[in-house]
Amino acid sequence: MARKKFHVAFYLLGGIVAFLWLVPLIWMVLTAFTKASFVMQVFPHTGWTFGNIAYVWGQVPFGRYYLNTITIVVCTYAIQFVTITMAAYALATLHFKGEKLVFLIIFVQIIIPNDILIIPNFMTISDLGLTDTKLAIMLPFLGSAMGTFLLRQHFKTIPRALTDAAIIDGCNTAQVIRHVFVPNAKTAYISFALVSVSYHWNNFLWPLVVTNSVENRTLTVGLALFAKSKEAVLQWTNVCAATFIISAPLVVLFLVFQRQFIESFVSSGIK
Amino acid sequence: MFFKRTSRRQMNQTLLAWLLLAPTLFFMVLFTIWPIIRSVGLSFTAFELGMRTPQFIGLENYTYFATNALFWKIMRNTLYFSILTVVPAFVLGLAFAMFVNKKYRRGIGLFRTSFFYPVVMPMIAIASIWLFMYMPETGMFDQLLMKCGGKPLGVLSNKKYVLPAMAAMYVWREAGYLMIFFLSGLQNLDHELFEAALLDGASPTRTFRSITFPLLAPTTLFVSITALTDSLKLVDHIVIMTEGAPNNASTLLLYYIYQQGFIFFDQAKAATLTVVMLLIMLVISMGQFLNSDKRIYYN
Repeated sequence: MARKKFHVAFYLLGGIVAFLWLVPLIWMVLTAFTKASFVMQVFPHTGWTFGNIAYVWGQVPFGRYYLNTITIVVCTYAIQFVTITMAAYALATLHFKGEKLVFLIIFVQIIIPNDILIIPNFMTISDLGLTDTKLAIMLPFLGSAMGTFLLRQHFKTIPRALTDAAIIDGCNTAQVIRHVFVPNAKTAYISFALVSVSYHWNNFLWPLVVTNSVENRTLTVGLALFAKSKEAVLQWTNVCAATFIISAPLVVLFLVFQRQFIESFVSSGIK
Repeated sequence: MFFKRTSRRQMNQTLLAWLLLAPTLFFMVLFTIWPIIRSVGLSFTAFELGMRTPQFIGLENYTYFATNALFWKIMRNTLYFSILTVVPAFVLGLAFAMFVNKKYRRGIGLFRTSFFYPVVMPMIAIASIWLFMYMPETGMFDQLLMKCGGKPLGVLSNKKYVLPAMAAMYVWREAGYLMIFFLSGLQNLDHELFEAALLDGASPTRTFRSITFPLLAPTTLFVSITALTDSLKLVDHIVIMTEGAPNNASTLLLYYIYQQGFIFFDQAKAATLTVVMLLIMLVISMGQFLNSDKRIYYN
């Protein structure tokens, strides 16, 4: 009996907290699809409509922003894939002069969040004449310490015998990486992909400072500009619609691949 | 002969390693190491809008900030915000983890999803939603206050409540993130210890105090550092919600850097603040060394 009571209390408390946690999401999604009202309600009483989404899509070039964001996210990961694979292979299998220096540089990048360096990095980008380009948004992230380290730990667990067998079969270094290391580290690549994609999809401060045109802006910057503009007229239905447009893909992706998401965030955090 | 051959192999390995590392190192040095050096250099100069090259002025920027009331106010804000976010996010994260760490209970996955989903939402989206929740009178928060018989506060334009209000939003987001690290820590603990405690008749609080919490020490340290770093580097919401208003009550250090550099166009002052921020990060990262020492004992 006491045990049953405990169970009821457990679910009740958990349910209340979980509901509180869901309130902002529920409100945002429902408000994005209902007519405007004067009072904010978690479950709006006004009628359903696609008008907000249509209005926002007409006011803001979200199609363009989508294309920009996807281009940036995909290109960043594609390049990171190559750079971290090469670096991780070197750090996992080779002993060489200057190893300590390399680890020091990696360590520095891990402890210094990129956002802190926006001022000097912006100056570098402007020295290179790359302001307001998609390349500028990607450049600082193309050599990823976190990705390199994550992959290196994974490469270390691949049995030496596999490499030796490949070498006996006549593989050179590039082929060993391509046929032994890459296929055996799928989980690490997926982990890093989820972390990299969600980071760059959500990133704001850096894209905000290096871009100033519709051609290069990301979704987050587009939303921020819209939320503060006259067209939003401080009308929550419109801002919710815009918020829905930019956050839906990642939230849906998360709901589908929950376990992988959580595992990736854990493995990228704890090194 | 043998000796010579190995040293040659060594040289080949070194050459190959540096070739493979070259692309990664190129980006790391250009966008992490060089900007650190450049910030330090710039912090000893005057370099404002309209100046073609930086002029060396020694420590003037540092003395400027050291005697500047606004700078100290922002430092206090930053510290206050960190305390307001790190402690509750830590406690909630641990509580959530213990709560969802029961695989046999049905529906636990739903709880975990509800606690974690804010992590995958852009901070800009979150800030836009919470901006409305905090709207004076019509927002959800003030509505709730009025229903409970209180007066509407309009927290975001109130210099006393603006940081706690932002901290609440931030804790809502961060707790789920910290939860997953605690969860992974909990799941790595030895089950036999808990069975032994149960057999000895230890109460749940006693078990938590004497077994769970001490054994989680490496996770705890890692989580504290993560929470602290995150609280210092997250400023996206300020751009949406207040831009530092009212009267700089919600300006945090990183936002101040952004303001100096991209609103007031004073790159030398912004670089000086960047150096301050870098020093803070360096101090925090010392904790990570501590962490690696501890791991040896527990794993």
